[in-house]
Amino acid sequence: MSNTKIAPANSDLAHKIAMYRSQFALRQFENRAYDLFLENFVKGTSHLAIGQEAIAAGVAAAMRPDDWTFATYRGHAHTLARGVPMAPVFAELMGRTNGLMAGKGGSMHLTSVEHGMMGSYAVIGAHLPIACGAAWSAQYRGTEQVAVAFFGDGSTNIGSFHEALNFAAVWKLPVIFFCENNLWMEYTRTSDVTAVANPAADRASAYGLESIIVDGNDADAVFDVTSAAFARARAGEGPSMIEAKTYRHGGHSRADPGKYRPDDELAEWMAKDPIPRYRARLLDAGVSEEEILALESEVDAEVDLATEEAKAGDVPGEDLLLKDVWADGGASWRN
Amino acid sequence: MAQLTFRESIARGIAQEMRRDESVVLLGEDVGAAGGVFKGTVGLLEEFGGVRVRDTPISEQAILGAAMGAAMTGLRPIAEIMFSDFFAVCWDIVANEIAKSRYMTNGQVTFPLVIRSGNGGGLRFGAQHSQSVENWAMMVPGLKVVVPSNALDVIGLMAAAVRDDDPVIFLEAKVLYSSKMDVPDGDIVDTLGSAKVLREGSNATLVALGSMVPRALEAASELAANGIDCTVIDVRSLVPLDTTTILREVAATGRLFTVEENPRLCGWGAEVASIVADEIFYDLDGPIVRITTPHIPLPAADALEDLAIPSVERIVTTVQKSMNS
Repeated sequence: MSNTKIAPANSDLAHKIAMYRSQFALRQFENRAYDLFLENFVKGTSHLAIGQEAIAAGVAAAMRPDDWTFATYRGHAHTLARGVPMAPVFAELMGRTNGLMAGKGGSMHLTSVEHGMMGSYAVIGAHLPIACGAAWSAQYRGTEQVAVAFFGDGSTNIGSFHEALNFAAVWKLPVIFFCENNLWMEYTRTSDVTAVANPAADRASAYGLESIIVDGNDADAVFDVTSAAFARARAGEGPSMIEAKTYRHGGHSRADPGKYRPDDELAEWMAKDPIPRYRARLLDAGVSEEEILALESEVDAEVDLATEEAKAGDVPGEDLLLKDVWADGGASWRN
Repeated sequence: MAQLTFRESIARGIAQEMRRDESVVLLGEDVGAAGGVFKGTVGLLEEFGGVRVRDTPISEQAILGAAMGAAMTGLRPIAEIMFSDFFAVCWDIVANEIAKSRYMTNGQVTFPLVIRSGNGGGLRFGAQHSQSVENWAMMVPGLKVVVPSNALDVIGLMAAAVRDDDPVIFLEAKVLYSSKMDVPDGDIVDTLGSAKVLREGSNATLVALGSMVPRALEAASELAANGIDCTVIDVRSLVPLDTTTILREVAATGRLFTVEENPRLCGWGAEVASIVADEIFYDLDGPIVRITTPHIPLPAADALEDLAIPSVERIVTTVQKSMNS
């Protein structure tokens, strides 16, 4: 099952169809995740990427299978976009043994090393220097792998963002810093607490980097700008930072209805919803309505199947509790 | 056989492992061209070059984040945090990320890395450059914590830490950097989680760590001259903790004294005391006594710092008072 993963390709029709399928699958996954909260299958918190799917799909399409993704707690879409099947992700949200991490990490820490998904990091900014470390490893070993660190607008005001940017620039590391600027931190508008208008792009020059802004609701634009950054990184030209303008359709997390956002702002961004936008692009390119509907119902069936598969998983028991603190598989701290 | 200082042993231990394994790399502030602010990495840049020995900006989060990211993708980094007090500016990476990610990912990632750091007082540097932070690390699940007390152990425990697949916090007592010892030639590899019995006695067991080990030994000599015969244990590793050795030696003498440089509350000795009380209570002949720095920030003035950190004299008088009461 790798329906959400699309292979790097030229912007031919097959590529466009795959790009739409990926975004639509991410959307339907998140919609189902939300339903599962309401049905109390998912406990704890979760941060949906509804509205931001073009970024996950566009960047993943530009990656090599052995490149590395470092995401934030809003990481479902980035995980799926690397080709991780839906069922273990649903199961992880539900805390089941068939979860991606057997229920030990939860929504905010999705990781699948075999897919190059090197973790979702829930403390703001932490993973930017960690992505630098992976990039350093690639540089040291000469593998031409590239690390991508996704982060939100709010992350640009924390120290590790600035430490990582400087560090990556000085060491010329093959890392891409990708800011998903959805305008809001949690309940506060980022521009109210930030010294510059474009929180990432306006800081780029401080680290000798080009200021790059892209429409984050346009998967093709994201793919193009990111592909160029990958090429620079693989050529040994060092890091890039990209700021994508986007919007989350819902609140910050499960607990937040997002009522603080003005109606007209929400309406403006709903009109720029990446999914119908890309769907229209497919129709313009000559894909028939029937073909699109068939693709959509395939995805819906996949979501249904994955949901049932996840629900069928066992509740974890004591055998997992004391497992894998250490590399020897155990948790012992004394003899 | 060569006489080496504690600081020379650090470079020797690192060099031994870098020669053996190309995936071992070193990063930190001033570790390259300058050879380390405490001269613990002298000669490494010259031998291994700037690709493997890298100076960093003053960015502790970047240093440890880079070490983590490199460790999870195939390297075995050794990172230096110049003063262990500076863990306070990068503790997220240590406690939230490095320590927890293996567990959270159900074992998908491992972190074969070492974080070395100058630790503890005695150099009159004041409260922000003198702390003994071993307990900060000990209380976080997922971190191994090693504290050598002499030049020979530095080499062997460094090798063991580098070869270990888990993250190891390697704390170097700054006050010991100039201490010397005869060290054999050739590769030296020790074992994590093994305490050493440095002296066998029959009346009491002193359990000490790092900078307190030479003081405990000196105190034991004085106590022996006064009729109190002490066993001295060098704990060497807080995680994993060699409770087998500690329990055996405390049971043999019936008395436990911990000697800790850290401020009083939640020191490692409290955990040792708890284990002893739980498991061999009926082998004890008297109360467990902890000898620690008072629960204060360390003062800078030499006279005050010397009053704060357990001295040979304080160890002797505390043991005598307790044994004779």
